[in-house]
Amino acid sequence: MTTGISPITAPGPQPDPDRPASWPWIAGTAAAVALWFLLYGQLVPFSNAVVALLPLEHGSRLEEAVRFFVYDTPKVLLLLVLVVFAMGVVRSFFSPERTRALLAGRREGLGNAAAAGLGVVTPFCSCSAVPLFVGFVSAGVPLGVTFSFLIAAPMVNEVALGLLFALVGWRVAFTYLAFGLAVAVVAGWIIGRLKLDGWLEAWVRDVRAGTAVLPVGEVTAADRVRAGIDAVRDIVGRVWAWIIAGIAAGAFIHGYVPAELLAAIMGRDAWWSVPAAVLLGIPMYSNAAGIIPVVEALIGKGAALGTVLAFMMAVTALSLPEMIILRKVLTVRLLAVFVGVVGLGILAVGFLFNALFV
Amino acid sequence: MKDVKILGPGCKRCQTTAEMLRAEAERLGVPVHVEKVTDYAAIAGYGIAATPGIVIDGTVVHAGGLPKTDDIARWLTA
Repeated sequence: MTTGISPITAPGPQPDPDRPASWPWIAGTAAAVALWFLLYGQLVPFSNAVVALLPLEHGSRLEEAVRFFVYDTPKVLLLLVLVVFAMGVVRSFFSPERTRALLAGRREGLGNAAAAGLGVVTPFCSCSAVPLFVGFVSAGVPLGVTFSFLIAAPMVNEVALGLLFALVGWRVAFTYLAFGLAVAVVAGWIIGRLKLDGWLEAWVRDVRAGTAVLPVGEVTAADRVRAGIDAVRDIVGRVWAWIIAGIAAGAFIHGYVPAELLAAIMGRDAWWSVPAAVLLGIPMYSNAAGIIPVVEALIGKGAALGTVLAFMMAVTALSLPEMIILRKVLTVRLLAVFVGVVGLGILAVGFLFNALFV
Repeated sequence: MKDVKILGPGCKRCQTTAEMLRAEAERLGVPVHVEKVTDYAAIAGYGIAATPGIVIDGTVVHAGGLPKTDDIARWLTA
């Protein structure tokens, strides 16, 4: 240990000879993806073998539930790893500061659409919601545009889209993307039109922040692969327990809940099921990863798609913990407007979907 | 003495960032004074939009996510 080491490298975008070469990382990624597909192809034989080993009565409900669990757990975890890795790499091209710079001073309308789209790809964690909100508003991003970002970011994320795509099909995933973005754009636009800037907490209006200019080093392909691996470690490490719980709930629905009962409660004919699904979704704090196995089981049992999508949107976009965090920057009135506008948007999606897709 | 400020509302990542910084400073033998800034208005005043943020001697060097150890060493020795 020596003290007073002289500066080796100054911060700045000069290439660093000590950086690892990119090609081993790219080759490693290709090998890992090949291994992934190999494992994924073995899921059905694997789950059949495991279920056959267990002393379960053939054709029983318990066997059905266990089969769902044994098949879905490795499947969802494998998919999650792939999707999160891919998005980790994509997200290394974006940062909240860059997104903010893109959105500052934007007009409403187009700005709302840009914000919702950027909300999908910008790295965002709900623990950062307050600094992000204040950082956006104080840098001149209009309030409604900020809300479009804040609604889209947790609702239409890579985990939700990737898992929906893989478990329920591309049509549902695409629909969720389109309607989720629509809710974020329209709700943000309405909040912007209402001109509620005066309903922010007073300290937020007083913040006159500059915008930090961060030193941008050279980002190599190796760095991007590492960003993907970090994302997997971070996100999968955080949500795996939720996923197992979600799959267990899905397995229970799959094995034990009669299809007629579910159709009566969540079927297309029960008009009240959409608002009920939204109300039920708000206090539930799960993330997309935990809720999608449940969604898969519900759809399998004949629940109406609009109702299920509304439930999922309510769980992800209107969670109680996020509201508690946002309360630090929004007055109760503005928070109520936020919940009301987003809730109505989700209701509209649910009803529209059930009416359109028979 | 380097003046280091960790900007963040006290989430787990901010704690980890502070620990990483202290550990790296100790490894390099750079004397540091680490201070946590948890007030939202103060954090926003630095112009960052994601936490944890790191400010060294008044300059924002990092925002959002855990920093890399190599980068910490570079900032501390710069």
